Amino acid sequence: MDFVQNFPAVSILLCLFAGIISSGLKKNAARWVNRILLVTELVLNGCTLAWVAARGESCVYVMGKFPAPWGNEIRIGVLEALMALFFCVIMLLSLEGGVKKLADEVEEGKTFLYYVLCNLLLSSLLALVYTNDLFTAYVFVEINTISACGLIMIRQNGRTIEAAARYMIMSLLGSGLLLMGICMLYDLTGHLLMSNIKAQVEVISGIKQYRIPLLVAIALMSVGLSIKSALFPFHAWLPDAYGYSTVSSAAILSSLVSKGYIFLLFKIIYRVIGFDIFASSRIIDILFLFGLMGMIFGSLSAIRENDIRRMIAFSSVAQIGYIYMGIGMGTQAGMTAAVFHILSHAATKSLLFIAAIGLTDVSDGSRQFIRLTGAAYRNKWAGAAFTMGSLSMVGVPLFAGFISKLMFAQAAVQNQVKMLPALIVLGISTILNAIYFMKTVIRIYTPYEDYPYERVTFRNIKLYAAALVCFIVLNVFLGVSSQPIVDLIDQGLAMFS
Amino acid sequence: MSRLKPQDEYEKTGAFHFFRWLSGSKDPYLGEVELRPQKRVETPVDTILDRMDEQQMIREKVYDVSHNRKLAVFHRVYVVAAILFCIALVGILLYTVSWLPRTGNPSNPDNNIVSQRYIERGLQETGAVNIVSGMILTYRAFDTFGETNVLFIATCCVMILLMLDEAILKKLDAGSGDRHFEPKNDQILQGTAFVLCPIIFIFGIYIILNGHISPGGGFSGGAILGAGLILYASAFGFGKTRRFFDEHIYKIAKITALCMYGIIGSYFYITGANGIENHIPLGQPGHILSGGIILPIDICVGLEVACTMYAFYALFRRGGL
Repeated sequence: MDFVQNFPAVSILLCLFAGIISSGLKKNAARWVNRILLVTELVLNGCTLAWVAARGESCVYVMGKFPAPWGNEIRIGVLEALMALFFCVIMLLSLEGGVKKLADEVEEGKTFLYYVLCNLLLSSLLALVYTNDLFTAYVFVEINTISACGLIMIRQNGRTIEAAARYMIMSLLGSGLLLMGICMLYDLTGHLLMSNIKAQVEVISGIKQYRIPLLVAIALMSVGLSIKSALFPFHAWLPDAYGYSTVSSAAILSSLVSKGYIFLLFKIIYRVIGFDIFASSRIIDILFLFGLMGMIFGSLSAIRENDIRRMIAFSSVAQIGYIYMGIGMGTQAGMTAAVFHILSHAATKSLLFIAAIGLTDVSDGSRQFIRLTGAAYRNKWAGAAFTMGSLSMVGVPLFAGFISKLMFAQAAVQNQVKMLPALIVLGISTILNAIYFMKTVIRIYTPYEDYPYERVTFRNIKLYAAALVCFIVLNVFLGVSSQPIVDLIDQGLAMFS
Repeated sequence: MSRLKPQDEYEKTGAFHFFRWLSGSKDPYLGEVELRPQKRVETPVDTILDRMDEQQMIREKVYDVSHNRKLAVFHRVYVVAAILFCIALVGILLYTVSWLPRTGNPSNPDNNIVSQRYIERGLQETGAVNIVSGMILTYRAFDTFGETNVLFIATCCVMILLMLDEAILKKLDAGSGDRHFEPKNDQILQGTAFVLCPIIFIFGIYIILNGHISPGGGFSGGAILGAGLILYASAFGFGKTRRFFDEHIYKIAKITALCMYGIIGSYFYITGANGIENHIPLGQPGHILSGGIILPIDICVGLEVACTMYAFYALFRRGGL
């Protein structure tokens, strides 16, 4: 057994340890523990990715002395390692970009708790990514839910508390449905380990008596996870939660938390239910339909919005819709596109949130569009970054968003029934995206003669600007050299089944 | 019968007090138990009016159902839709349950090799007489570590919501504090707590230490310990509790417990995964010092659960430990 194989388990445990120790530290010490942790995680997961990609096949890692169906187990594959690496990068950049705002918005005595929450959130994301056991996944879904609530309400004002309460109710409903689904599946198969459940599901899918419970279990798990990841009709918690929480939280929530749940859904589709059984069920059409509706209605709500943060939040609804549309196509190409869109949306949306906060800061803290006029001249870095992010979201070549839209279109062509609606809605949604993002870009670049607010110079925002540059580089990297990443995703999905 | 004691000496004995209480001539608790009459918090009249104005405004402008037709319709549709949705969900679930395998049937899918090994070889492999403890703390120790962290993070979130600054806390303690409306030094409560607390603590510790040989374990024992701490705090006040359990000690206990669990767990996972002998003796099943990693982990879990329970109470009650 190779030494590298220990890395995923060590990375999960390190996060938990860092969270526990941070709870006894002061603000700055906790911040440094978090930074060191994130860099270590980058190295560990990078090594894992290189190792597993070179090895060419996945492997399992038994957590303890007892082998799989009795003990816990995690699974190391290309897609898992890629996601884990990516999550660490995004979290590091989001925290660095928002650290100044965090100091303003969070009480001095409670800042260390923010880092505790972040460390535990990362541990839960890594565990969701690597796990090979449904119940382990559920335990870490709980950690994920609670820490996400904490991230929302750590900035204490009325709206964030309300948003956190709303998020908690919706998210717990999702957890409950997921748990019921897992229980039913356990009752039908007698296993909690993903590979064993899959073997059993293949056996029982032919038996008529178990057809209905199996279908309901799949439905409960899909709906539970789509509530938690804010698919269209269940997105009511999203705008407030992303719009009013502190900026790092918004970036982390939109690009990591909801993506973690979607990745879990991928795992359930491939590793628990089996792709063919899932694709032949009706649930997939419902997910497809909801995805399409989300793409349109999310964008329409974003156009109506007069608050830049909430506008970006509503844009997330549309983008989550894209991912579910990819899942709903029920083809291998659609799945690849959906996974790629997870990456590209995470990179772009966190960039947009971080850039937007720079723009509102130079406009006296106001998020209304009218006050943002000319903001890009006052904070050039944020303006440029916001423009790049918008271009990526709209789907201009050279940026990540273009590749994912291209892949969605290619995937749609392969599915004869769903091709027409998918392509039409993709087109409409792109135009709507362009309307509200370009509206904002034009607004922030409109010259405004008498500047009532101060300009920001590079010297004051070094860290912030560095984070923005890293995000832009990440975006362009995903857009320009997408082929190796798509190959990795294909390799990972092939390892899944 | 002749009296052996003079009257004034007799009046000091317990028997005299007892007969006097029996005859109803004097209430022994009168003047002893101080039941404070509840004082109203005096709010200035204008703030009350302000608040009423605000509520009025909210009611009129935001929730003006009588004029805002849209809102009225929405409210009605919302309620109806919620009820219909719940009924539909209940119906679907009930219908599904009727298709699930019958409970207690030996040929059910969940009676498979997994539970068979837990039952047949659990004692031998984990050294725990209590199979459930062996299962959650040895076979699936990683899940339980996650579950313990759920408690930890829940306390963190409650702290974010309710923890007050040191300065505010001191001010509160100097004034009447949180016990404004409550009887101070309630003798009934104190007497009961005086008798019960040691028993509760000992019982909790017993359950934690015997988690691997009898029903119980870290979670249940920790909950009992926490309940004992809460009883103590509500009887004698936070001043007394803080002499042995203040924020500093709480942090030390919590972090030590979780770290110990993490270290033991990590050692167990990593040696097990790499196929290295882990040198944790399983001991003689049925003895206190047996069960491999179960006993130390139970102690850690118990400490963490007790800390969490007490911290919840203290944070809700006072805003700090």
